[in-house]
Amino acid sequence: MALLNIQDMKIQFPSRRGTVEAVKGISLEVNGGEIVGVVGESGAGKSTIGNAVIGLLEAPGRMTGGVVSLHNERIDNLPFQTLQKIRGRKIGMIFQDPLTSLNPLFTVGQQLVETVRTHLDMSESDARKRAIEMLDEVGIADAENRVDQYPHQFSGGMRQRVVIALALAVNPKLVIADEPTTALDVSIQAQILDLIRKLCKERNVGVIIITHDMGVIAEITDRVAVMYRGKIVELGQTEQVLGRPEHPYTKSLMAAVPRSDVKLDRFPRVSYSDGEVKQHQHIDIHSHWLGKSRDYVQKDGPLVRCENISMRFTSRYSIIPSWRKYFLAVDDVSFDIKHGEIFGVVGESGSGKSTVARMISGLYTPSKGKIYFDNTSVSDLKTDKELDPFRRQIQMIFQDPYSSLNPRMRVFDVIAEPIRHHRLAESKEQVTQIVEDLLEHVELGRQAAWKYPHEFSGGQRQRISIARALATRPRFLICDEPTSALDVSIQAQILNLLKDLQQELGLTMLFISHDLPVIRQMCDRVAVMQNGKIVEVAETEKLFTDPQHPYTQRLLTLMPTLNFQAAV
Amino acid sequence: MANSELTAKTATPLARMADAFRRGLDSDVFHSFKHSPVTIVATVVTLVMIGASVFANLVAPHNPFDMATIDMLDSELPPVWEEMGMSKYLLGTDNLGRDVFSTILYGSRVSLFVGFTSVVLSMVIGIALGLIAGYKGGLIDAFIMRVAEIQLSFPTILVALLINGVMRGVLPPSQHADLAILVLVLSIGLSNWVQFARTVRASTLVERNKEYVLAARLIGVKPFFIMVRHVLPNVMGPILVIATLGLASAVLTEATLSFLGVGVPPTEPSLGTLINVGSDYLFSGSWWITIFPGAALAVLVLAVNLVGDWLRDALNPKLR
Repeated sequence: MALLNIQDMKIQFPSRRGTVEAVKGISLEVNGGEIVGVVGESGAGKSTIGNAVIGLLEAPGRMTGGVVSLHNERIDNLPFQTLQKIRGRKIGMIFQDPLTSLNPLFTVGQQLVETVRTHLDMSESDARKRAIEMLDEVGIADAENRVDQYPHQFSGGMRQRVVIALALAVNPKLVIADEPTTALDVSIQAQILDLIRKLCKERNVGVIIITHDMGVIAEITDRVAVMYRGKIVELGQTEQVLGRPEHPYTKSLMAAVPRSDVKLDRFPRVSYSDGEVKQHQHIDIHSHWLGKSRDYVQKDGPLVRCENISMRFTSRYSIIPSWRKYFLAVDDVSFDIKHGEIFGVVGESGSGKSTVARMISGLYTPSKGKIYFDNTSVSDLKTDKELDPFRRQIQMIFQDPYSSLNPRMRVFDVIAEPIRHHRLAESKEQVTQIVEDLLEHVELGRQAAWKYPHEFSGGQRQRISIARALATRPRFLICDEPTSALDVSIQAQILNLLKDLQQELGLTMLFISHDLPVIRQMCDRVAVMQNGKIVEVAETEKLFTDPQHPYTQRLLTLMPTLNFQAAV
Repeated sequence: MANSELTAKTATPLARMADAFRRGLDSDVFHSFKHSPVTIVATVVTLVMIGASVFANLVAPHNPFDMATIDMLDSELPPVWEEMGMSKYLLGTDNLGRDVFSTILYGSRVSLFVGFTSVVLSMVIGIALGLIAGYKGGLIDAFIMRVAEIQLSFPTILVALLINGVMRGVLPPSQHADLAILVLVLSIGLSNWVQFARTVRASTLVERNKEYVLAARLIGVKPFFIMVRHVLPNVMGPILVIATLGLASAVLTEATLSFLGVGVPPTEPSLGTLINVGSDYLFSGSWWITIFPGAALAVLVLAVNLVGDWLRDALNPKLR
């Protein structure tokens, strides 16, 4: 007898523009002590399932069919109050963002005690004891003292441990974890996953893990359900589904996951999609406007040289200088980027990698040190007249495709702006021609020019960003986590596009990512950053096969590996 | 979908406008408009009152400023439905024999004109200072916002009275009547910019760190153009709401100033002046001289406020 049994669940979201069927009849079983993964890309309906089981479907969404039962007892048609008791007592939930799932105004202990006392008949002091036990169990050292601290006194990973303690405090039978590690760094992710696994086995709890990350699935789950557009396309033992996928969608998904073991020339083209593949006009890059940017005089030495650059931010301002407080984001960093290479920077959040990118791009002026571009010290230039030629040569692609395009501008104007600003075209007609060619070249099609950004998906927006960056005919392209907000199949397409462009146009790139497999696929050389310092710079192959610095070694061992991938 | 792509691309400006209009009718904002009867009524009332006052010379049965048509013998006549009422004067006449209904139409024209222009003035000042403060930050920001806060710590009407008094003191008395409206617009406009500035600054602080602004900076776009072309269109939503609500309060401020006798002169009366003049006759039984202009003012301000409230909710994604 299964712990949780979902039979033919259907969920609809009626809206004014027609009803959206988010979940189209799925069936799933979870046993005690078993971890079941639900994996899929954004919009596949995976979070909706979790929310429906626990009764947190957002209005106007509703279950239109199917049965959910816990211990053979139907729970999907219960009145609100009964359901509330069951979900507090028997089902625990772990949310994605540990920053917002704890109430900042109460101590961790108060929140645990409240939860325990609501559902278990316990005295205040017993509940407190239980809270301390729970914190101890999820690996928070010195639980006795930390129980009286507020959430802001805990780090992100520690907070997620507290959330797990909250979810498990009343001994639930089932835990639903919705992207439990997505907001966390890779080193903390590994610890949290270990913890979930350990608690699941010890307490014989059934766990549903909802994630988009194949690495997480491979690492922790026993069985996995692969979702595509509201349906489960494949369900089975994790090893089997990931190692020998049968459904074409699973196969294409697995192919798109960047491999950490071998460097491939390109990502395999993801073949499974419902939409027709449009043929895009190919432009001959060398005779085209885009290719005619080679008017630069190639100088000796590296294209970009950073000499002992540091960046400090004022974290507390005061009129009296000695009272000011600073935060050193980048601390005395030096490196070179050679002509035509893709230089990677990898590190965890807060390591200063984005700050480095922004200093090179000119958005920030380094507090100390110098940045040379083509042997010119750009950090000393002040006036627009001096800076403009360099701005034209250095362009950047940002992380968040939703905020990197002005929502009030047509795509045409977004891409035309740099061309007009730098007067790169001779006539209005030529601007139109260039914009349309650029859109064709990033495989969006020229019609895209007349729409607004909100009409595009994340991946398409990232293509628009790339087109905008190319519109100045840059030599040097900075990519700051260009794919971390995208689904894995879209990521593969964008990375392929970037690689192609880099080769066609002979671009030099600075590629920033927290994702080691992506770095391995993209970069020629890599710098590893930790706490504002570069700990190691090496050729990619050498870094991955023979890391020198202990931090690099640790990062590499934490990297989730898909051992089954070799079979694909 | 494919169809609109093609029309948008090849279209003339007119066709493109038609396309935008069609999309507007299909938008969420219009949807919420259709489902709010109160707002529909308020919008109709507002539009009718604005229309009637703009075309007062066509709509009004009499011209209250044409001395030839005014008969002192007709003064202080009550509305038609009262015993002494004449069908010629729908809402009665005032102490000079002018038709109250017509004076209200001409009076709201002055009130609305002062309201609109002063809101536009506050908007221009507020948006410019708010954008600069939010985008530049640092000392400039601190300076602008401290000035704004100092002004905010006085009641708006007091600031308006102060500016009004100073300007009247500076101008020669012979020009007071001619420049009365300009003085009013300036004093109301200058006393209301703070709200705009604070709202724009708050939104600008959010927008300036978004990546599309960084991208524009990387291209080398000048700060002025970034503020106007990139930031401004994205902070316009809340400004529209404040402007609508501000119109209502500007009309009220104008009425208050005129009521206090420092607004427009009685020769060119606004609603406030009418209420002021009429209030002298309230206790002699001629209530209609002051009550009707007062009611017109109340209805106008209420209607505009209701439209503003709806706009605020409709543009707030959290309440949608």
